[in-house]
Amino acid sequence: MEKIKLILPLLIYLGITLYIAYYNSPRRKKSKNFTNEYFIGNRSMGGFVLAMTVIATYTGASSFLGGPGVAYKLGLGWVLLASIQIPTAFLTLGILGKKLAIISRKIDGITINDFLRARYQNKWVVIMSSIAILLFFMAYMVVQVIGGARLFEVLTGLDYTVGLIIFGFSIIFYTVFGGFKTVAITDAIQGVIMLISSIILFYVLKEAGGGMRNIMKTIYEIDPNLLTPSSGGAITKPFIMSFWVLVGIGLLGLPQTTIRCMGFKDSRSLHRAMVIGTFVVGFLMIMMHLIGVMGIAIIPNEQLGDKVIPILAIRNLSPILLGVFIGGPLAAIMSTVDSLLIQTSSTIVKDIYMNYVAIDIDQKKLSRISLFTTLIMGILVFALAFHPPEFIVWLNLFALGGLEAVFMWPILLGLYWKKANSTGALLSMGISLLVYVSMTLLKINIFGMHQIVPTIVIGGITFIIGSYLDKSSPKEHLELFFG
Amino acid sequence: MNKINKQLRKEAIITVILYLIYFIWWYSFAYGLGDADPKNYKYILGLPEWFFYSCILGFLMITTLLWFSIKLFFKEIDLKKYEKNIGRK
Repeated sequence: MEKIKLILPLLIYLGITLYIAYYNSPRRKKSKNFTNEYFIGNRSMGGFVLAMTVIATYTGASSFLGGPGVAYKLGLGWVLLASIQIPTAFLTLGILGKKLAIISRKIDGITINDFLRARYQNKWVVIMSSIAILLFFMAYMVVQVIGGARLFEVLTGLDYTVGLIIFGFSIIFYTVFGGFKTVAITDAIQGVIMLISSIILFYVLKEAGGGMRNIMKTIYEIDPNLLTPSSGGAITKPFIMSFWVLVGIGLLGLPQTTIRCMGFKDSRSLHRAMVIGTFVVGFLMIMMHLIGVMGIAIIPNEQLGDKVIPILAIRNLSPILLGVFIGGPLAAIMSTVDSLLIQTSSTIVKDIYMNYVAIDIDQKKLSRISLFTTLIMGILVFALAFHPPEFIVWLNLFALGGLEAVFMWPILLGLYWKKANSTGALLSMGISLLVYVSMTLLKINIFGMHQIVPTIVIGGITFIIGSYLDKSSPKEHLELFFG
Repeated sequence: MNKINKQLRKEAIITVILYLIYFIWWYSFAYGLGDADPKNYKYILGLPEWFFYSCILGFLMITTLLWFSIKLFFKEIDLKKYEKNIGRK
């Protein structure tokens, strides 16, 4: 009986999601241009959906479990660090949004590679970017799924495999049949669930701790350093400043965010999304990480940081509320995985298959191939999550920084610098990735900064040098991007 | 066409300025007020003063400022006219 109460909110929520997938299915609507509909939803996102899908895709397991876990160990300093992410949504949308919206329409592009291919006119740029997307996205997805299934196990007491199957079935089902539009709309719903979930836990814990002032007092008695911005020296300035790159300006080229700049309806939607997105991400980040800090006063002496949120939820929420709460972190994970899955599929179908294998292909066959590719990749992710190979877990360590190293400069400079050319892009992509991976592996820290900082600096310099070594693109070509 | 490009550049610059304002706000309150002995901390709404100003107020400040800036400086652009191939294939 207890278990049913737990699972019930989850099932209701999954049911709604699957219905939306069915309702938005491109096949059902018999659309004229299948890839446009399936991979970018015919550029129809409004402001709210755009804001929520950007945030929900970006917010994964780490914002709901890992991050608050560290806040539990280090205190308010880590919430300060998490707040660095607040302006990132408007930075990305404000700088890339309109430009990409215009250019993607001009070139009829629906993937990041469509843009890179049109701008740099170089096969190797596209191949490198496709490989980066496929490898890092796979690793990222598998690790998110593992996190979700483990959490499901801890919270419901049901087996890891059961979680994996319920999870896998629903994500694969709605992504395969629904395509990008369904992914975006479900992301919006999942974003709302994340908000509700964090508000519930925050409120209940605040009451349990006897109010915020009381909680802070208890934490002061445990260790006053937990209330300082530097956590008594544990969070150094070079370290925290690095996060202005890692989860700040570095996100400017992140493919899963950038693709969304190609999919909104009109400029009003973009303006609204900037405000809504900033508000929601700030609300979520502050609340979830504060929950981790409040945990210090409520359950001191927990050893494993990752378990803090699940334990807080189990001990303080009634079964039905717990069921509603579980939706939050699971929604965070699902909304990340579905977006990466559809983008993985578009990379294979649109960027590789349609460009280099079968150039002319009829719509019917194309729709079959697209659905099939999404299905295969989805099954592969969940198969890998059963027995995760070490390679995948290892690869995931580089996923975020690696994507930034590869994509930030080619996208940013491609949009705003006329002299940017393929020599610069290739040089920058290759060297940044090399620098980032080797510095991380060798654990080289310059002045205590995260490896992403020197990576981005070197990437920028090599891009400029490379671009000056070769000539710019022909004038008529640049008209398309700067005219 | 060039008018639109100028406008886009202006919007990008405003975005960067807003980003810098948030950074300065975040940094000054956190380290200006917080780099002290926690014994002497003052509290607002139960939270240490530095944290309240830097994170909570900073968050509300930037959201409001963003809203105003978009109202004042951002322009609507007709994206439809760039679309080609509508209904083709």
